Amino acid sequence: MDIISNLALGFSIALSPYTLMLAIVGCFLGTIIGALPGLGPSNGVAILIPITFTLGLDATSALVLMTSVYYGAMYGGRISSILLNIPGDEPALMTTLDGYPMAKQGRAGDALVLSGVASFVGAFLATIGLLLLAPLLARVAYLFGPAEYFALYLLAFCTLGGVASNNQAKAAIASCIGLGIAMIGVDDNSGLPRLTGGNMHLADGIDFLVAIVGLFAIAEVFFFIEGHGKNSSIGVKLEKVKVPWKDIWHTRWTMLRCSLLGFIAGILPGAGASLGSFLAYMSEKSISGKDGGFGTGVAKGVAAPEAGNNAAAGGALVPMLTLGVPGSGTTAVLLALLMTLNITPGPTLFTDRPEVVWGLIASLLIANVVLLLMNVPLVRFFVRILMVPAWILLPGVTMISFVGIYSLSGSYFDLLLMVAFGALGYVLRKLDVPTVPVILGILLGGHMEDALRRAMVLSDGEIMYLWSSPIAIGFWIAAILGFVAPMFLRGVLTKPQRVSD
Amino acid sequence: MKMTLKKSLAASLLLSLGSLSGNVSAAECIAPANPGGGWDFTCRSIGKIMHDIGAVDKPIQVTNMAGAGGGLAFNHVVAERNDDADLIVAASSATSTRLAQNAYAGRVAADVRFVGAIGADPGVIVVAKDSPFQNLGELLEAIKADPGSVAFAGGSAVGGFDHLKPLMLLQRVGFTDITKVKYIGVDGGADAITQTVGGFTQAMTGDMSEIVGFLKAGEIRALAVLTEERVPGFEDIPTAKEQGFDVVAVNWRGLYVPKGVSDDTFNMWAERLQKVADSDEWAEQMAANGLAPFTKVGGDFQSYIDGVVEEVRQLSKDIGVIQ
Repeated sequence: MDIISNLALGFSIALSPYTLMLAIVGCFLGTIIGALPGLGPSNGVAILIPITFTLGLDATSALVLMTSVYYGAMYGGRISSILLNIPGDEPALMTTLDGYPMAKQGRAGDALVLSGVASFVGAFLATIGLLLLAPLLARVAYLFGPAEYFALYLLAFCTLGGVASNNQAKAAIASCIGLGIAMIGVDDNSGLPRLTGGNMHLADGIDFLVAIVGLFAIAEVFFFIEGHGKNSSIGVKLEKVKVPWKDIWHTRWTMLRCSLLGFIAGILPGAGASLGSFLAYMSEKSISGKDGGFGTGVAKGVAAPEAGNNAAAGGALVPMLTLGVPGSGTTAVLLALLMTLNITPGPTLFTDRPEVVWGLIASLLIANVVLLLMNVPLVRFFVRILMVPAWILLPGVTMISFVGIYSLSGSYFDLLLMVAFGALGYVLRKLDVPTVPVILGILLGGHMEDALRRAMVLSDGEIMYLWSSPIAIGFWIAAILGFVAPMFLRGVLTKPQRVSD
Repeated sequence: MKMTLKKSLAASLLLSLGSLSGNVSAAECIAPANPGGGWDFTCRSIGKIMHDIGAVDKPIQVTNMAGAGGGLAFNHVVAERNDDADLIVAASSATSTRLAQNAYAGRVAADVRFVGAIGADPGVIVVAKDSPFQNLGELLEAIKADPGSVAFAGGSAVGGFDHLKPLMLLQRVGFTDITKVKYIGVDGGADAITQTVGGFTQAMTGDMSEIVGFLKAGEIRALAVLTEERVPGFEDIPTAKEQGFDVVAVNWRGLYVPKGVSDDTFNMWAERLQKVADSDEWAEQMAANGLAPFTKVGGDFQSYIDGVVEEVRQLSKDIGVIQ
């Protein structure tokens, strides 16, 4: 069979000592990058791109190194989510919802191992999916027009109401704040600046990273100051790590389902791993229903988003390799690397440069095994990086936040903005308004508006165009159900959930 | 969008890592966009070839400074780096189009010095493989008959270069009600093709480099290329000119330097750029990326820019993009 011989070719490249070493180094660096709050996979890959040129790596080796970093960062992102309640990167956002409560119950080790295994399952299945279905699945992108994207984004907002808060109204307000912030900047359709006050720095809108660092890291610092360093919410201890076989067995179907969902979300251009982990978490939450206890620190709540986001990472490689359309922010950076290496991604890549594609796929399979080994027995090592006391860690986080944001644009304006977001995050949390929908609004608001505006241009302003395909209608129905259903379920819940943000 | 700004963070971290490792005096190339786009390609490939062929001693550092469609970088160069001899900035037709439309907050083309262009990405009009339109004439006639029946997708915003291409063509056939033409600006050429192949739009307007992969895969047909002559390597695509529509629109790839540098520095960069243009490596890069030869370096190029800016300004006024 073709796939077998191709894979043999791939493994003959990937198993050479040099390539294998690159994969291991990439996994290691990636995990550290992912574990550090605020430094996500796209940063990690971009930071390390010059290394490939310094080392004079050929195309395959460079790709192997960078995708190992990519996968590694996806694994690493969960560590700070679980232990610090600060997502290491944005796809790890959903992992905080159950991972952190679980860690607070003294089950940090279980949560880390379980999420490591879930990451492995997700990434492994996605790589198999990439292997088998890449040429076919690339066509899914053709089914998504403006109306379908708009409905998809709407779905994300609506269902979020049920996950992030006990109060739909508060979640809706938070979404609106996020959407409002997303409106800042030059409007693509008219070229006119909106809500910028004539400030050039606001012409591109509010940077997502400034907002997330402000709302999470800086707000955390404010709370820390308020509590005079006591009762700090971070600094969960990791006692001993053993493999929670029962939880792994218990969540096997969750992992499989979420891998599939995440993989599909990854294939959609622009959606990427965040949507993957989000959809995975939401679907599992609704499947398990009111007895599931999602949000209180249950195993499924940890396994679902991790399987989802790692599967999405693999899925995002499909459109990048087959069509040159990046499926996520990180794959956009990888795409830049490919182009610099003079490789034109596209449907012909699989026939023109089989050694690149199959070497990459084989390396991903190997990197996965390496990552599982690294992230389960050696998880303590990575945790140690994060296990410094809060009074050292928080100033450290603050410093990294400031330096990171400053290097983004080299302007103090973003720093002020970040502090402002910190204050906003503090106020919102005091008012019990969830901050996750704010982030989602900033992240997706622009895309959602673009989709709506494009739909209106194409249909001459005919509103029914938004419901013109079965895919769009399906998303609308799911969105309405997702928003309304939790209201009725909530009355049945005996104990109100903790607001996690 | 906002997510992609993470990449520029990373790129600047990358730069600081580079300076830590001792390349303090290396020249810098600013790509005024995120990694992956045309400007990024210009910086990375020109910078790499300059080093490979020995035109510069040290590898050129690439900095991604995305923002305001290149405006943030333009402003940065004019306001803060006006005499930096070790700085080059990637530019293209998008730069001159935005200067013509006064989209850089009052900055004008004369605020910097354009070194040259070494290659151009030919404009193309593309339809899905199963589209009823067999040639450019049929497409333009259909729009004349019913402007609402055809929507274009392109990688630039409304009023951008991709939008202007079909408008210029329609002007040639005497279609004046140009505001009726449907155009959606999406996130890049590949996205525009995806929308067109998916049937959400009827045609795509973009650059040759954006369509190469899809063309080879047989997903799309190119109705016309907007060059004087057919592009080497893509001889089966007819020009708009030979189909009777006299429009030439190419997205040149080149560089500018700060205005305050000495003539010697300007000439030095022009010379280096000419060396790249003459190299085999660049010829390979062009062939691989669908670029057509288009070399204008030094003083010639500045006058070319002035002409282009004037032309686009007039056109933008005609179609109402600017007052």
